[in-house]
Amino acid sequence: MVEHRPLTDFIAYAILTLGIFIVAFPVYLALVASTHDAATVVGGHMPATPGSRALENYYRAIFVGGTRTSREPVANMLINSFVSAIGIAVGKIFISILSAYAVVYFRFPFRKTAFWIIFITLMLPVEVRIYPTYKVVADLRLLDTYAGLILPLIASATGTLLFRQFFMTVPDELLEASRIDGAGPFRFFWDTLLPLSVTTMAALFVIQFIYGWNQYLWPLLITTQDSMQTIVIGIKKMLVTTDELAEWQLAMATAVLAMLPPVAVVIFMQRLFVRGLVQTEK
Amino acid sequence: MANVTLRNVRKTYLGGFEAIKGIDFEVGDGQFCVLVGPSGCGKSTLLRMVAGLETITGGEIDIGGRVVNQIEPADRDIAMVFQNYALYPHMSVYNNMAYGLRNRGMAEGEIKTRVGEAARILELGAMLERKPRQLSGGQRQRVAMGRAIVRQPKVFLFDEPLSNLDAKLRIAMRVEIRKLQRRLSTTSIYVTHDQLEAMTLADILVVMNGGQVEQIGNPLEIYQKPATTFVASFIGAPPMNLMPLRSELKSQLAGDARAGEAGIIGIRPEDFVISNQTVSGGVALGLTVEAIERVGAETFIYGTRQQEMQGVAATPGELPPGEIIVRIPGAVGPSIGERIRAVAAPDKLHLFTADGRKRVGG
Repeated sequence: MVEHRPLTDFIAYAILTLGIFIVAFPVYLALVASTHDAATVVGGHMPATPGSRALENYYRAIFVGGTRTSREPVANMLINSFVSAIGIAVGKIFISILSAYAVVYFRFPFRKTAFWIIFITLMLPVEVRIYPTYKVVADLRLLDTYAGLILPLIASATGTLLFRQFFMTVPDELLEASRIDGAGPFRFFWDTLLPLSVTTMAALFVIQFIYGWNQYLWPLLITTQDSMQTIVIGIKKMLVTTDELAEWQLAMATAVLAMLPPVAVVIFMQRLFVRGLVQTEK
Repeated sequence: MANVTLRNVRKTYLGGFEAIKGIDFEVGDGQFCVLVGPSGCGKSTLLRMVAGLETITGGEIDIGGRVVNQIEPADRDIAMVFQNYALYPHMSVYNNMAYGLRNRGMAEGEIKTRVGEAARILELGAMLERKPRQLSGGQRQRVAMGRAIVRQPKVFLFDEPLSNLDAKLRIAMRVEIRKLQRRLSTTSIYVTHDQLEAMTLADILVVMNGGQVEQIGNPLEIYQKPATTFVASFIGAPPMNLMPLRSELKSQLAGDARAGEAGIIGIRPEDFVISNQTVSGGVALGLTVEAIERVGAETFIYGTRQQEMQGVAATPGELPPGEIIVRIPGAVGPSIGERIRAVAAPDKLHLFTADGRKRVGG
């Protein structure tokens, strides 16, 4: 907007504020709920201000776990989520950048075919291929392992596409200059392409970390031991009770804790992330 | 230092397109060879074949007595300056220059000496720690040159290195490149589509068209005796006036021994004199002045011939049929609409066969 008239400014701010309120209020409520005792939360009159049980609730959530339903403390679930989210993000960057490098810079038979096969995986997210994938993972004895949580989720084309698009914007002359400078395929990749891809890698990392962190269906299927549970499943399990009150204050504390790592990743990598998506530096 | 020899070099792409149709020439040790031609004539392809960036599908390229057809670019002992400079954007100026040397396993001390020396020659000393994006176009250009110099190669290859610069800087860099090349006396091959650049830089000029060599030689010689109408119209600005040799013109040339074989006559704009005198054996054209360009030291007169005559569509023929350019010194000239007579002496006439492929006479 070029204009700066008081009225338009006011309306713009009003709409923004309303939007923030709509998004932030449930989060605030979760925060408040995590600071009261169980009786207050389920009592029907949810207080609007934080209570005094914050320390106790968070301590219990992180180190002890719920008394009745989930037997696993959040600390452990956080570690599981963290390992699998990092594994998915890093693993995906690794295989995507290599496959994109192969597809863009090498002339080999069936190069186009290879690319399209990779491309097709876009249409096959894990939810679609869940039976065969489960069978494969089970046969490989990867149930209840980090590898089982990570590997099936890193095989998809999004990263390859992103890197391919980026590589295609890198001027051919850079490759030619490298060749004249005596850099072979590996050196060119390592010395030139990789440093130029940092922002793209950061963008992909943020997207994939959050994708991995928020996984629900796949970890639910392949983890049977509580010790391998991820936090997203942990929250859900806390609320599924048959004849008892759910411990809402602990569930909310867990939810708040589950929100923190993705938020941190976004905040710390935001600048790189934006640059990676708009790609200015070349 | 080295000679570069091309023997019947050909390039045919997979689809069957023949980009280079058999080229032979030799660049002597320390000479500056310029490949010039319109876009798509294959000059860049040829240079890239010398560099090893394109495969050679026929013939041989010999650098310093060694056939390099199957040798990797890095092992050909050449250095190349690209049109867009192709600097590594994430590396400092120093590292950009040092990279190729490090890949060769050169000792860090020696690299430092060489980069320092190149930076001194190119006046880049204060910028060694900067990134390419912090440099101006001219400075980037010099870094690209520096990257070539530090290699101390047998041959420099330049692929239109000045076309991304503004006009003023282009002229300055042109002179610098020439000076530098003289100083290092490294054999160089330079590709350009700018005939002025070609004329001023070259020891040997290779005029290319459609994947073939039209003419090879000393620039002045080519200017004075173009071998084909293509060369005649490509080299020189404004281009040579080319006219079919018919009726009236033919009778003016009746005494010339060359006229029998010739079908096209060419006269450079500066070889005309505006005069009412007739030069014996020369050509006189009656023109109506259509436009005048005064650039200070000289004036260009665009006239149409009074007799409707069809011009020769010479590629890249910049003149519409029947239009003649006359270039006279000074700023005083005829006015628009005036009728003038442009006269050219017999030794200023260029005669070509009717297909434009061959020069008639000396």
